[in-house]
Amino acid sequence: MLAKRVIPCLDVHNGRVVKGVEFVDLVDAGDPVSQAIVYDREGADELVFLDITATHEAREIVTNMVLQVADAVFIPFTVGGGIRSEDDMRAILLAGADKVSVNSAAVHNPDIISQGAERFGSQCIVTAIDAKRRETDPGVPPAWDVYVSGGRINTGLDAVEWAQEVEEKGTGELLLTSMDGDGTQNNYDLELTRAVSDAVSIPVIASGGAGQASHFADAVTKGGAAAALAASLFHFRQLSIREVKEHMAAEGIPVRLDGFGA
Amino acid sequence: MTVAIIDYGVGNLRSISNSFTHVAGPLNIEVAILDRAQCLTGFSALVLPGQGAFGSSVDNVRHKGWEEPMLEAVAAGVPLFGICVGMQLLLDESEEMGRHQGLGLVPGQVLRFPEAMADPREPARMLRVPQIGWNQLHQQRADPLLDGVPNHAYAYFAHSYRCVPADESVVLATTDYGVSYASVLQSGNLWGIQCHPEKSQQVGLRILTNFMRTVEERAT
Repeated sequence: MLAKRVIPCLDVHNGRVVKGVEFVDLVDAGDPVSQAIVYDREGADELVFLDITATHEAREIVTNMVLQVADAVFIPFTVGGGIRSEDDMRAILLAGADKVSVNSAAVHNPDIISQGAERFGSQCIVTAIDAKRRETDPGVPPAWDVYVSGGRINTGLDAVEWAQEVEEKGTGELLLTSMDGDGTQNNYDLELTRAVSDAVSIPVIASGGAGQASHFADAVTKGGAAAALAASLFHFRQLSIREVKEHMAAEGIPVRLDGFGA
Repeated sequence: MTVAIIDYGVGNLRSISNSFTHVAGPLNIEVAILDRAQCLTGFSALVLPGQGAFGSSVDNVRHKGWEEPMLEAVAAGVPLFGICVGMQLLLDESEEMGRHQGLGLVPGQVLRFPEAMADPREPARMLRVPQIGWNQLHQQRADPLLDGVPNHAYAYFAHSYRCVPADESVVLATTDYGVSYASVLQSGNLWGIQCHPEKSQQVGLRILTNFMRTVEERAT
């Protein structure tokens, strides 16, 4: 059976990991390649690199990082942040990334998704959606707005409708981050995850709010997600990927447990 | 000893060549990427990668002059390993965007996943095509290619079409996605795998190493 995925996310700034993994045996905690290797060995199903530099000069640094990661790990990985054109996508994919993720650029120009999907295949194009709960009157079902530019600008788009639109444009996957949950470790926004995953047929990666192994299971069983992502939880060794997956397996969720060790 | 990766214009071969180079190093095997058709009988083994559509892939193989040297080398006993669409190319024909003739080395067809396959976990939902993600290799019979690979191990897949070989005895492993389909094949000096060993971590690297060892044993 197709496994549900556990995905560590690495935030990268100027080619360096922002929130470094705290490993005693890691010589350089800021080196994205070393960290990618650690997560690969620990059983990560995929990796996501989010470049928060996103300036023009940073493109080359990112491409170099992708080249090195592709030489060192043998699992799929996604690179996002600052991708504005088909040429940006092409550079990252040619360097060895399996997928690229777009966020603000897709809101400004949704056609970048269809162009990328036609040229490189839908499976390469991930759309990242940063969603925040809208204030609604009591009794009214919850709704979420889409934010861009690192969560600074409310686009006024409805997250569920936007998810459907980018699916129609040909995106292969959604990376759905709850801005309300991000950093709280209180759990993924399961209502958001469920609302979006029921509205589309493409896989949804839940993000923002994971604090315990049970949250990953919730994202899948209650939220309907195909994958669950976390950053600091793994970086700061609060939980290992193995602990998360063993918990999910105990809940009857199909996960890949043979990727550990060696 | 040199293993040749056939670059018939598949696009990005970086991950494939990286992974083969990674496993070949300790075994003292050279890996060459060939981007122009040539005689292949002198190589220890051939790797036929693939991504994208079957039709354009097989057209490229033919137009760039690869079909004849490949068939000649296979007939001479050179092992060939088809990966993803490269495995599908070994069969007779595919229904991907029209009918396309394959290399006809393994009798059988390449078919799309059936329409409307219910998700076994959430029956109200349909399984999505393409299948993308980690799925299991259920081993059907022993072969050196799968030595040391635990039965039901997970590997990384990304595809919409699947191989349906005419002779079930060529099937080394099956995978379940709505239907049970052949995900690893072996017939004589031909091997094929539908998943991406270059993206399947230890399981994938083990399979590539096994292939290299098989090649080595045949050469000695």
